[in-house]
Amino acid sequence: VTTRVIGVGNRDRGDDAAGPEVARRLAHRATRDLSAIECDGGLGPTFDAITGVGSVLVVDAMSSGAAPGTVRRFDAAAGPLPVAFAAHSTHGFGVAEAVELARVLGRLPDRIEVIGIEGACWDAGAPLSPPVEAAIARVVDELAGG
Amino acid sequence: MNPVTGEHRPRTIHVPVLARVEGEGEIDLRVRKGVLAEVKLRIPEPPRLFEAFLRGRSHLELPDLTARICGICPVAYQMSSARAAERAFGITVSEPVRQLRRLLYCGEWLESHALHVVMLHAPDFLGYPSGLHMAKDHPRPVLDGLELKKIGNELMTLIGGREIHPVSLKVGGFWRTPTTREVRSLAPRLERAGELALGLLRWVKEFHFPELERDYVFVSLRDETGYPLDAGRIVSNHGHSVDPMEWDRVFTEEHVRHSNALHAVLAGHGPYLTGPLARYALNSDRLTGPARDAAHEAGLGAVERNPFRSILVRAVEMVWAARGAVRRGHAGRGCRGRRDRGPTRSPVAPLRVRHRRSGEGGAHRAADGAELAHDRGGSPRLRRGASRTRRRDAARGMRADGAQSRPVHLVRDPLPALACHPRVRPR
Repeated sequence: VTTRVIGVGNRDRGDDAAGPEVARRLAHRATRDLSAIECDGGLGPTFDAITGVGSVLVVDAMSSGAAPGTVRRFDAAAGPLPVAFAAHSTHGFGVAEAVELARVLGRLPDRIEVIGIEGACWDAGAPLSPPVEAAIARVVDELAGG
Repeated sequence: MNPVTGEHRPRTIHVPVLARVEGEGEIDLRVRKGVLAEVKLRIPEPPRLFEAFLRGRSHLELPDLTARICGICPVAYQMSSARAAERAFGITVSEPVRQLRRLLYCGEWLESHALHVVMLHAPDFLGYPSGLHMAKDHPRPVLDGLELKKIGNELMTLIGGREIHPVSLKVGGFWRTPTTREVRSLAPRLERAGELALGLLRWVKEFHFPELERDYVFVSLRDETGYPLDAGRIVSNHGHSVDPMEWDRVFTEEHVRHSNALHAVLAGHGPYLTGPLARYALNSDRLTGPARDAAHEAGLGAVERNPFRSILVRAVEMVWAARGAVRRGHAGRGCRGRRDRGPTRSPVAPLRVRHRRSGEGGAHRAADGAELAHDRGGSPRLRRGASRTRRRDAARGMRADGAQSRPVHLVRDPLPALACHPRVRPR
């Protein structure tokens, strides 16, 4: 089964680029059983990205209060995601909302996991912070190697 | 009323967060003697000062920067900005360029209307707190709405270069135009969009619409031909027909203490309404073919004055946009052109962008003209709707949150977004 890796986030908002950056690096190392796409959010695009395949891995920055660079893995097929993956403003929808919509519509993939990378800085135009940079390298190695 | 003293104490109902509207908004209702006395719609987000930071920028940067005012209707801002600059330079774009722009616009209307009708607005009629809750019981329309929005995204991506904040449009034409083959390849998707839109219209027309009519002052664009989209004069149902350049002659904008959105009034008439009801009332004679049939099927007359039924107009406009896109898609061809002028029509309201040209062609003064004031000035509308609800709810002994829901619903009727409204009046 091919697993689709979806890197969610906004490249221009500091550590929110973690997801797209993982997807970009993986795209260079993609194999037959792994594909990688970037998604800059929004309910429709995120919903489309996570549906229509059997196995999905979403990589997204999170803001849970953990130490920056902390990597956590959640099984979204088992139940709702923690609030750290919900949209942080009234301007959009987050991964959590897209996952729940897919769940109630019966479109959730059999396997869907979310890898959260704790961010530190979300400023417009800011570069990735060092702990997040390190976490991205770890996640890419694990996914490409595993 | 105090049951012991019999006194009526003024009561304030505060709605701190408007859900299912992009951006942040609050409503305060003041009730005296069981009657709604005052309504304030607050838009607390700060102005983003586009007027200031666009100064000195090259005209080539203006459309892309101005588009950032809104993520739901970026094309409207982009198009208005490009047309303002074109007008300043005396440029008229070629007909193929204009048709391609209109096709891009259709993509935005499909995106915006599908999101608004299904995910933001429909839950109000069916009694769900969110589109997510509604999806459990009404999966089909939600899936259809998402698919329709996706087709709108595809259209935006093909012509605009990406689905939100497109980048292909420029002053005088396009940076890149799609090939004839690319445009025509989208035709089956656009046919599908037409079917989906009609299906959604048939779904929403079965909703229960509360009875409420108001004698609105309607303001909309009206083009020389067709339903208004990217050009035209500003017209009202009180005989106005003004060139967009004469905006300042008939409209006045004011700062109010409670909101960061300017309030606009029409000279001699005060608050006025824009959005689907106004657009439809002033242009329903321009609908033809499947769109006219759809309006008839929805039970819409030539004018619709019930704000709750704006969802029907929006559904008809989805049919219109899809069918119009099919037509343009079939006729579509890649084009290289340069020229045009004026304000354009967001899915929400007419948009005016004003750019003043300096000697070098940079923007000397630029107003991000989110002329969406109309409905902020429409508090009387909220007042009346809420007042009725309040009386009825009082009779039924409902809790305060029952009284909140109707005015919030009324805010969602005309518009999907609040965040693009805050701005300062340019001096």
